[in-house]
Amino acid sequence: MKKKRPRASWGDRILRSASGLTAVLVVGIMIWLGWEMFVSSRQSLHQFGWAFLGGRVWDPVHRIFGALPFIYGTLVTSIVALVIAGPIGLGVAIFLSEMAPATVRSVVGFLVELLAAIPSVVLGLWGIFVLAPFLGKVVEPWLGRRLGFIPLFHGAPVGVDLLNGGLILAIMILPTIASISREVMTAVPTVQREAALALGATKWEMIRIGVLAYAKSGIIGSVILGLGRALGETMAVTMVIGNMPNISPSLFSTAYSMAAVIANEFTEATYGLYLSALMEVGLILFAITLLLNIFARLLVWSVARGPKGGHLV
Amino acid sequence: MIGRKGKVLTAIVTGILAVSITGCGTAAPNSAQASGQKANSGPVSLTEAGSTFVQPLLTRQVAKYQEENPNVKISVQGGGSGFGIAQLQKQLLDFGASDAFMSDADLAKAQGGTILELPIALGSVTISYNVPGLPQHIKISPDTLADIYLGKISNWNDPKLAKDNPGVKFPNLAIVPVHRAEGSGTTSIFTHYLASVSPEWASKVGKGISVNWPNPTGKVIGEKGNPGVAGAVKNTTGAIGYIELAYALENNIPYAYMHNKAGKWVLPSLEGAAADAAAFTIPEDMRVNIVNAPGDAAYPISGFSWALVYQKQTDKAKGEALVNFLKWDFTKGQSLAPSLQYVPLPDNLTKREIDMLKTITYNGQPLLK
Amino acid sequence: MYTKRNLLNALMMGVFSLAAVIAVVPLFAVLGYVLKNGLTSLNLAFFTELPGMMGVGGGMANAIIGTLIVVALASVMGIPIGILAAIYLSEYDRRSWFSTLVRFTSDVLTGIPSIIVGIVVYAAIVVRTKHFSAFSGGVALAVIMIPSVIRATEEMLRLVPHTIREAGDALGIPKWRTILSIVLPTAAKGILTGALLAVARISGETAPLLFTALGNLYYAHSLNEPIATLPLNIYFYAISPYDQWHKQAWAGALVLVFIVIVLNVVARLAFRTRMGKN
Repeated sequence: MKKKRPRASWGDRILRSASGLTAVLVVGIMIWLGWEMFVSSRQSLHQFGWAFLGGRVWDPVHRIFGALPFIYGTLVTSIVALVIAGPIGLGVAIFLSEMAPATVRSVVGFLVELLAAIPSVVLGLWGIFVLAPFLGKVVEPWLGRRLGFIPLFHGAPVGVDLLNGGLILAIMILPTIASISREVMTAVPTVQREAALALGATKWEMIRIGVLAYAKSGIIGSVILGLGRALGETMAVTMVIGNMPNISPSLFSTAYSMAAVIANEFTEATYGLYLSALMEVGLILFAITLLLNIFARLLVWSVARGPKGGHLV
Repeated sequence: MIGRKGKVLTAIVTGILAVSITGCGTAAPNSAQASGQKANSGPVSLTEAGSTFVQPLLTRQVAKYQEENPNVKISVQGGGSGFGIAQLQKQLLDFGASDAFMSDADLAKAQGGTILELPIALGSVTISYNVPGLPQHIKISPDTLADIYLGKISNWNDPKLAKDNPGVKFPNLAIVPVHRAEGSGTTSIFTHYLASVSPEWASKVGKGISVNWPNPTGKVIGEKGNPGVAGAVKNTTGAIGYIELAYALENNIPYAYMHNKAGKWVLPSLEGAAADAAAFTIPEDMRVNIVNAPGDAAYPISGFSWALVYQKQTDKAKGEALVNFLKWDFTKGQSLAPSLQYVPLPDNLTKREIDMLKTITYNGQPLLK
Repeated sequence: MYTKRNLLNALMMGVFSLAAVIAVVPLFAVLGYVLKNGLTSLNLAFFTELPGMMGVGGGMANAIIGTLIVVALASVMGIPIGILAAIYLSEYDRRSWFSTLVRFTSDVLTGIPSIIVGIVVYAAIVVRTKHFSAFSGGVALAVIMIPSVIRATEEMLRLVPHTIREAGDALGIPKWRTILSIVLPTAAKGILTGALLAVARISGETAPLLFTALGNLYYAHSLNEPIATLPLNIYFYAISPYDQWHKQAWAGALVLVFIVIVLNVVARLAFRTRMGKN
């Protein structure tokens, strides 16, 4: 608390209320997004109830709508992305925060950030013309020959499928995971490392005991933030996933994601229930990403909380 | 730490703020001006969206029209027939295009009153494929086609395909059926055809601008627009898809002979689609499906594309530009059709359409002079 | 025992270094193709001509300008709002429940899928104003950029030493003047960095423009008309069958990536010189 000001001038009142208003606006935007999604999906919520989540059929002709295939496609591509980008992103973060000399750190750090800056539509373009043929002609036939007995790698190789979607997402979320877990690791007090080293730990032991154990929840948070980004990505996924509501164990199958079905069908829906069902898909996506983000931010916060009241990384 | 060169940056930040304030200021007058109740001497911009079936032809017609009328700019956006219908219902477009006519229920939801549906093009849907080693035109029977899209035939080496194509060596290759991911008039034409030749398709899947596609093989791909389907067929080995003829021709994508109702193998052609249209009487409201027409020359998968226009226009300049363009399109504009293998609309039809254009009004006054 | 630990240590160090190498592979793979295919497809017409007839060619002049307009529009709305909100959080209300809520909401907002913003703006603006428009596209992008501007700005404002504000107090300068003419300018470089990064991020956004900006074959004459943008054009051209359009999609990707990378590099250079003094 500072000493009392003489009196608030007009300028102060204006700046204070104008800036306060924008702060309210931020909360307002969030409420607005949620409210609009909720109101627009009421018809579908009312018609299908919870069964919407488990419905496997998406049939605009017969007015039957179920979101399960989209939830499935979204989850599978995101999990593929996490399985690939999680360990690599973590490795990059450790490399950058614990190992790399300053020059290497700034160069690699910058390159990873550049990867984050590539627009998703450009990744989609690359996915169609470079990754899809490569997967369809090289990777998938090989996987099919070696591991075809696992349902995951069953079926004819095409290259436009869950695997392609997952790989593109992995590229997209790798920088998210790497940069946030790096920030979390950097926030670990040096004492932690020194203590481990003083006990005669090797560098890896120091990282494991001193850094990773300490930053665990923050790292999990970074991975979840990556997951959140993967769930909501639209363009790159719709360009390579095949856009087909489908629940199949094989990564070589075409599928659909929640964001992609909205992108493709939202402006086509000619009757209320159809539009409402699409809005409900959006509402589910909104709710999932909202909860994941809240959870993840709290986790990250617990480790890398800045100066009091600081941002949650 | 404070950085004494910060003064320059003060300027930048205040600059950003200043620009933003003045920017907001200028945005408003601009938008007021745009709603355009101006005299018809100034430039007019029209936004069309919907059918991608007609898009190759329409973009050429618009470009040609603009040479003659530099003041009228018609932006053709595609997006799919469902897009055209749904957004016109909400009055977000100046006119729409669809290759599936609007149902009574769709028409009832139009917020701007009566919608006229005016045939703007007549064309064929090809069954295109991408299979290395196959000739430019294989034969695909109606049953086989339905079975492929039902997922019952999943490999190109299926005996049913071989039976219709003696001498052609089919590879052992998975079939990747490609369909439209969004509401599509081309899908409507295609599913109307399949429903007319396959009772199983009619009962299991049905017909419409978007349907619940069977996918037992897990390989079926959905893509946006005729361009998207054509692109996927072109990029994907083993793919088969239904696209408007112009897309197949312009991109050298092989397409199949179809078996028509009279029992003849036919390729899509001007004569075929013309024969289809001639086989049906076109009703007062112009709403007609012409798939699986009788006659030796008929090509079984063809259809009209309709311009969707509100009968009561809300902007004089735009309304005038619109009816004038459509009149030109129905008459002179049709001369561009054959080069892309669309059938020029028959004269008796365009005469009726021009009569319909005359009923389009602004403030109760007809717009077509 | 000792050697085993050392071996494990060496192994793990190798694994982490490998991860760093693997992480940059996709960057070069993507940029390499964009450069290769983009450069061979790029020509003067691409920058000067309108798209014209389907599959034929022309250029993306209107889409390049359209992207600049929509992004500028978003910046004009998003940057001031973001900076103001950050001023509130940092200067007026650091630790109340409300500021925590705002901060938290802003961070969570970063994670909301951009397509959601697109459909909400469509419902709220496009449907109400009865047309697709550059304006609605700008609003959607502004909503997306606000949280990142807030965060960057607040972090920078917090770096400004408290003594500066106290000095202002002591001299009897009103708080608003201290903020606007002392605190803000001190943090200006960092704020600029944050703003540029936010601009870079929205420049490539595609999904929210699908239902708002729509697209246009010509130059838009007003903010109330549909407008062409690079990302949407790249999308539609990429999925098409036309070789000519594929070329244009690569050329568009090159231009877009160039814009985004330049913004990133400029932003980081500005920041580096500032932090270099620490």
